[in-house]
Amino acid sequence: MIAALNQDQKIVHFLNRTSFGPTQDKIKKAARMGIGGYLDEQLAPERIPDQLAEEKIAGLKTMRLNSRELIELYPPPNLQRLQRQQANQPAAMAMPAMEGPRVVILELQQAKLLRALYSNRQLYEVMVDFWSNHFNIYIAKGANRWLTTAYDRDTIRPRALGQFKDLLLATAQSPAMLFYLDNWLSADPNSPGARIGGPNNRRRGLNENYARELMELHTLGVDGGYTQKDVQEVARCFTGWTIVQPQGQGVFRFEPRIHDNGEKTVLGQQIPRGGGMDDGLRVIELLVKHPATAKFIATKLVRKLVADEPPAALVSKAAEAFRQSDGDIPTVVRAIIEQPEFFAGDFYQGKIKNPFEYVASALRVTASETQVTHQLLRYLGRMGEPLFLAQAPTGYPDVAASWISADMLLTRMNFVSDLIANRLPGAKVAPEVLKNRDELIRRIAPDSLSPATQAALNATEGQQSIALLLAAPEFQRR
Amino acid sequence: MNSSRRDFLRSTGLGFLALGLPPAFLVRTAQAQSAKNKSLVVVFQRGAMDGLNVVVPFKDPAYYKLRPSIALREPGTNPESVIDLDGFYGLHPALAPLKNIYDQGQLAFIQATGSPDNTRSHFDAQDYMEIGTPGIKGTPDGWLNRCLLEGASSSSNFRGVAVTAQLPRMLAGRAPALTLSSIDEFHFRNEALGNALQKLYATSQDKELRLGAENLFSAMGELKRLSAKIPVSSERYPAGQFGAGLAQIARLIKADVGLEVAFTEIGGWDTHANEGGATGQLANRLKELGEGMAAFYRDLGQRMEDVVLLTMSEFGRTARENGNRGTDHGHANVMFAMGGKVHGGKVYGRWPGLAPEQLNEGRDLALTTDFRTVCGEMLTRHLGQKELTNIFPNFRATAPLGILA
Repeated sequence: MIAALNQDQKIVHFLNRTSFGPTQDKIKKAARMGIGGYLDEQLAPERIPDQLAEEKIAGLKTMRLNSRELIELYPPPNLQRLQRQQANQPAAMAMPAMEGPRVVILELQQAKLLRALYSNRQLYEVMVDFWSNHFNIYIAKGANRWLTTAYDRDTIRPRALGQFKDLLLATAQSPAMLFYLDNWLSADPNSPGARIGGPNNRRRGLNENYARELMELHTLGVDGGYTQKDVQEVARCFTGWTIVQPQGQGVFRFEPRIHDNGEKTVLGQQIPRGGGMDDGLRVIELLVKHPATAKFIATKLVRKLVADEPPAALVSKAAEAFRQSDGDIPTVVRAIIEQPEFFAGDFYQGKIKNPFEYVASALRVTASETQVTHQLLRYLGRMGEPLFLAQAPTGYPDVAASWISADMLLTRMNFVSDLIANRLPGAKVAPEVLKNRDELIRRIAPDSLSPATQAALNATEGQQSIALLLAAPEFQRR
Repeated sequence: MNSSRRDFLRSTGLGFLALGLPPAFLVRTAQAQSAKNKSLVVVFQRGAMDGLNVVVPFKDPAYYKLRPSIALREPGTNPESVIDLDGFYGLHPALAPLKNIYDQGQLAFIQATGSPDNTRSHFDAQDYMEIGTPGIKGTPDGWLNRCLLEGASSSSNFRGVAVTAQLPRMLAGRAPALTLSSIDEFHFRNEALGNALQKLYATSQDKELRLGAENLFSAMGELKRLSAKIPVSSERYPAGQFGAGLAQIARLIKADVGLEVAFTEIGGWDTHANEGGATGQLANRLKELGEGMAAFYRDLGQRMEDVVLLTMSEFGRTARENGNRGTDHGHANVMFAMGGKVHGGKVYGRWPGLAPEQLNEGRDLALTTDFRTVCGEMLTRHLGQKELTNIFPNFRATAPLGILA
């Protein structure tokens, strides 16, 4: 550990925490603008030109389509078969194997990685990743194959550096979340719209899935003081928050015919009868203002930006910033980064990169010309983080222990070995990087290489030495 | 194994690992010994399986009242009927591949079991089941790992293996445990780089990564030496990670690498909506589970005498179906135990009933057997653990159910 960071180390540390890894350009830029000036710029992403990233994803057609267009153009395989039969098309004219929803998923994964690599709005992309994981949905669950593109584009991205309340409401009303956590089906069993009929006179009823995760994972945290009764009451409040045709266009709608109009009590607060859609809005209001939410969100952000074990003092400052700003995300992020403690030596290279951060930072630091191929995405999967594919609503973990099993370490080492040898399809390392090891060290661990790594570098040369540096402990961390 | 012999193996084992030289006679001795090793394979069903629709209490009339649209039919000729197990319980038809094993007396079910903590959070409940201390979050290690600490019978790198990319909490802790998602890909693509990295990490001051790498390099070295004798599997496992994982565990067991505890997982059980009955969502998960277990059983053949496979899931689901033909988070669940020494062909556990007053919190199957009682029996009677105090602290085990002789 380092006692106090010098200026070069501060810049690398800052870029490690607020971007997908330092590059030569960004180090120069931060030195020129100062860390404070650079942070100001990063916190207003809409003003940062981002042409390169836009060009990189311009070819990904699905990124511009709405959910209905996606399902029409990329129907599930069995529907494709039916359409072919009905159109009397011979099998030889069938769509290539890659067509169908797999294209939609692939392009979304590609876009996510390309933006992490090429966007100038790095802190914004870090926050998009953070909130996508916080409000996780599993893309392989049914209709989510066609709903996640819009979730990413229209729900998360416009609000990732906005107001927490807007983000929470937007996710609550997003078809992808309504589908993933089943709220679209939840109904008051005694409401007029709940009747399905059939021989048993079947009725729809309450589904607790969303209500529980809303409190446990999105706002209060599991120890945030809610009860099973609260889960049921919140579920009642959100009855009627549904989707028009989840398999089709995927649009949020409040359906009063299945809403529970009775009185509810949530976290000790009365919600009078007859509130209709306002019941859910009241709950969101209540949860955003609850002190447990401020603390829970602050803790997760500090864990992401500072340390696996979030220092209590930083958490309480971040929580206070959350409360005072009514959950203004840039204010909370700034409150964390502007604390002198943020640059404490203890935290320098204190976080183990998750697989996404590791892969992105390796491609960035080597100025690789990258197209996101299957091989590249497969590496991410084998390291334990296939994109948009965390099945549980918890999302991916954010602590070291989850990412450094023997298997994962080996995969990381093999990944950089392939990358540096230019054997990774789609990624070409900038030739000058392979020739200038010292410059690479300045981007990774300025004046702070460990004796072990230094000795290992001294014993190797050329490509081998570059691969060694990217597989070394210093680069496993950020 | 007597203690002097164990010490001898342990010390010499460490010695030859450090030298990187495998004295052939020692390897042979260790193998002869480890061939007698018993293995416990844990299958974790993440997401909370609906046990009431898996081992179905078709004779309890309340079952049909609670589940008008997703209940499974009583045993009969209809393909949608449950498969009769004992006149009271029936097996989900998608688990047909397991019936034969049950009939041969090598598969048992334990109904109304699980963790006594009443959390309905997937995350907390999985954690509790993995660290083995329901209600206590601070426990730093998993119970499978503590089990390895108790009986250090060999220095094999393969005593504890998870065939998942991530090391599960159940197997994390002070005893070295390995993750091995693919035996065939567990090697360096650039050997010279691997050697250089081995040196680098061995002297690194970064303790967390040094330990992780030590584990990796040591296992990789051993695997390289053993690779010739690890058989290829010709058994047909279901496609997907679960089948592939079980196939790998079977290969390791057959190769006598000293595997004592193995871990794998299968997800997709969180059936809040459109759970299905004899077919559908739950049935699809069960099909994969059942086909995987049956393939594992055939694959190991006689070696099943030394193996127990045990399944568990964080909690059960509500006894009453919800308004979306699914079930919400509940309490007690069912576990499976499969192995040559299992007294199978029987459903264990006291049935608490499904009448309103018998339900947990008025909504779930009540718990009559703590999962630690079941796990403890596997640890003592199968793996030969003498003492469970450190493995399941603060747990007073009730009498074993007698699943194992």
